[in-house]
Amino acid sequence: MAAALAIAPDRTDTAWPALRWAVARDVKLALRSRAELGVQLLFYVVVASLFPLATTPERSTLTLIGPGVLWVAALLASLLSLPRLFAADHADGTLEQIVLSPYPLVALVGGKIVAHWITTGLPLVIIAPLVGLQYALDEETLSVLAFALLIGTPILSLLGAIGAALTLGLRSSGSLLALLILPLYVPVLVFGAGAVEAARTGVGASAHLSLLGAGLLIACVGAPFAAAAAVRIALD
Amino acid sequence: MATSWFRYSSPASFYPLAGRMIRWFAAAAALLAVAGLVIGLVVAPTDATQSDAYRIIFIHVPAAWMSMFLYVVMAAWSAAALGFNTRLSAMMAQAIAPTGALMTFIALWTGAFWGRPTWGTYWAWDARMTSELILLFLYLGIIALRNAIDEPRRADKACAVLALTGVVNVPIIYFSVYWWNTLHQGSSVSVTRAPSMAAIMLAGMLVMALAAWFYAIAVILARVRIIIVERERGASWVASLREVRHA
Repeated sequence: MAAALAIAPDRTDTAWPALRWAVARDVKLALRSRAELGVQLLFYVVVASLFPLATTPERSTLTLIGPGVLWVAALLASLLSLPRLFAADHADGTLEQIVLSPYPLVALVGGKIVAHWITTGLPLVIIAPLVGLQYALDEETLSVLAFALLIGTPILSLLGAIGAALTLGLRSSGSLLALLILPLYVPVLVFGAGAVEAARTGVGASAHLSLLGAGLLIACVGAPFAAAAAVRIALD
Repeated sequence: MATSWFRYSSPASFYPLAGRMIRWFAAAAALLAVAGLVIGLVVAPTDATQSDAYRIIFIHVPAAWMSMFLYVVMAAWSAAALGFNTRLSAMMAQAIAPTGALMTFIALWTGAFWGRPTWGTYWAWDARMTSELILLFLYLGIIALRNAIDEPRRADKACAVLALTGVVNVPIIYFSVYWWNTLHQGSSVSVTRAPSMAAIMLAGMLVMALAAWFYAIAVILARVRIIIVERERGASWVASLREVRHA
């Protein structure tokens, strides 16, 4: 698969083409199994719809728990989709070829992370405001929710990629992944849900959103390298 | 002299050194713990506001300090293991994780028993308690990852990457939880200790903290010796050890 890259291997400036190639390939593969993507989206909707049944249909309570529920459901949906990131490529040997290819592994892994976010994070950003209507959130709060998810879900994909690579091919890797990754998701949850809550109460979400953006920048700089190292370790 | 620094980075030469050191650290830990408990339980006066319940501080605070400090030490050994590709560094990181998890658990547990009489609740979503709980999850995650990987060298490196990812995250987690807490909780529960702590109480706490340090060092060295024997069981120097031959 890596041979499909039409770039001379001796060129030093290969990071961007490699990244673009990985994004295009993974998005294409994901779009060929649309049912799987739909199931993940449905998971989000179903989980978010359970909480009113478990608590109360009263509007004042729902607006109170809504931001938290919508974010926790996003964390779980992200967690559920993480094994897709590397597992299939690991099973059929493609991942080994990707590691062996002369292109920077960080760029290839980074491309896979971007594609993972486009296919799993971005749909959540679009659908979350609709689900938020069930929680009687007003328009402004819903737009902040979508914006917070737009900044926050890439962090989930970036951090999650480290865990997905570390647990490649292990027994009970699903529950192990949850134990490894969910604690690391805590700041995203706090600032993400905090932004929506701040917008709901009229405090202003800009502080939370700025911190979420700072987190995204840190994750962008660090996580691809850690994930690439973890992929190498898994294939050693 | 330059070579002597690396002499003990080999498991074969570190194993007997660790064996000699354990005795001293264990003895120091026992003596300091006795001294600290005497100061804490007998010498130190009863607190005016918290009565005798405050005496949990002599276990609680050293355990909480150790829980955070050990995570940083574990991450430092992990960085050394990844950077220099040394086996002993990774073994040290592996040996630290259970003690760190134990200290975190003790800090949470004693915190709950301290909170009950003083705040009237076992658990509050205070920033320190919440981040300590997440620290426990991080320790348990590292131990679980180690157990899930059969090949020791892969486990070493995978746990090192996870520990380093965690150490970057710990301050972020702390500040996120702290800010979240100040937004939500208000001042219903204030954990900020009175700054006017009696000198004798502080002394007892510091002696107990030293005891916790020496205990941790002794236990970690003992555990790393077991890990060395387990991992190097194919090596001839392990087969010729007295304790292995007579086992």
